[in-house]
Amino acid sequence: MRDWDGAEMLTQPRMAVENLRIGRNGSTLLDVPYLALGGPGPTLILGPNGAGKSLLLRCMHGLIPPDGGTVWQDGALLGEDQRARQAMVFQTPVLLRRSVAANLDFVFRRQGIRWRSRKARIAALLDEGGLSGKQRQAARSLSGGEAQRLAILRALACNPEILFLDEPTSALDPAATQAVEALILRASARGTRIVMVTHDVGQARRLGHDIVLMQAGKVAEHAQAADFFAAPRTAAGRAYLSGALVI
Amino acid sequence: MQGFSEEFRTAFGLIVTGDPGLWDIVLLSLKVSLLAVLIAACIGMPIGAALAVSRFPGRRFVIILLNALMGLPPVVVGLLVYLMLSRSGPLGVLQLLYTPAAMIIAQVLLVIPIIAALTRQTVESLDAEYTEQLRSLGVSRLASIPVLLWDGRLALLTALLAGFGRAIAEVGAVIVVGGNINHVTRVMTTTIALETSKGNLALALALGAILVGIAFLVTALVSMIGISREREVLYHA
Repeated sequence: MRDWDGAEMLTQPRMAVENLRIGRNGSTLLDVPYLALGGPGPTLILGPNGAGKSLLLRCMHGLIPPDGGTVWQDGALLGEDQRARQAMVFQTPVLLRRSVAANLDFVFRRQGIRWRSRKARIAALLDEGGLSGKQRQAARSLSGGEAQRLAILRALACNPEILFLDEPTSALDPAATQAVEALILRASARGTRIVMVTHDVGQARRLGHDIVLMQAGKVAEHAQAADFFAAPRTAAGRAYLSGALVI
Repeated sequence: MQGFSEEFRTAFGLIVTGDPGLWDIVLLSLKVSLLAVLIAACIGMPIGAALAVSRFPGRRFVIILLNALMGLPPVVVGLLVYLMLSRSGPLGVLQLLYTPAAMIIAQVLLVIPIIAALTRQTVESLDAEYTEQLRSLGVSRLASIPVLLWDGRLALLTALLAGFGRAIAEVGAVIVVGGNINHVTRVMTTTIALETSKGNLALALALGAILVGIAFLVTALVSMIGISREREVLYHA
């Protein structure tokens, strides 16, 4: 099966999945015959609860082994090498019970970077995320928005080529959401391929280069953001955008 | 009851004058129990953490067994260690019976289940929260053990204190393997038992007061840590 046929599809897609299937207790949770994420991104994955958005993200990140099918990254099967070039931010930020700086240092230390260099990189990242001056604070005492920004900075510290985000702003107020979106857009501009799940159509409009609409474990529509928001090709897309309750 | 007031006065005098006989006993108690907890931690924490992150058939049974071992009667542990260390036992050649080393071994065996079981609980609940994130960061299951131990450090400190509380207050095991030899293996609890039966209540009371003080301090520390952890949870909510 073909995905949408923009010119971007002629080049090798960053991520692609083929015949991806996950079922539990007889019901199908995820069933994606083919999906290719080419282009510069960000790719925004939309859809109701239980549509399989998070599941798809976890499969592409290698956190959940699919019951069937394959995940490709840059034309290679997803393996440890590929996973090392990915990072993920979760809906609820999971911060280590350490200081803000130590949460970033954890990643740098694993990369075997020397302390002097680590210190400089931590300072640069905290500056990037607007958390300078909080480096000694306990990470668990940050506000929701700050905590999610720190989680994103920690993911960026992995220097990922692909960054997955699972509804990172679902629990945040508009100001905190804006700060997180700015951080994501800057990462995208620097060349990190963003793949992000959201419930928020407005957010998909603001950030999306292409949109994946999921429904009941399947990809209902995959289109360029401009095309999708101007005129969705599918009934599911039209219903979702018109504000009808898509289940 | 008139005679007891005199005993209390003598006991108080023993404590405040720093009676060397008394403080030797207190110091030996602390040395034996602290060393026992230290060794038990080095063994029990990795066991507990490994049990928390691993999945194998019979794992539930091992956890139940470990929890049950927390209630091991000290005097039975003393008996087992006695059998191992006695002249005709498998470790008899080491000639450790009736030495502080034998007492440490017995207390280590008593404390390991406590530290391992509490570590298992702590690490397992932390792992439930961390597992996806650590996997995402490329941390293997084995490599996640030290991360989980470090991030559970407050709860694990509570486990250590609980282990110490059991070791310092325990009498059955140390009296069987230590023999309660004056100036060699006489600790607070065994001295209290002996001196009470001899009618020398002053020394027993003085040691009892110190033991209660230590137990109180340990319990207070445990609850202080508990309160600061609750506050941390509230912060995050």
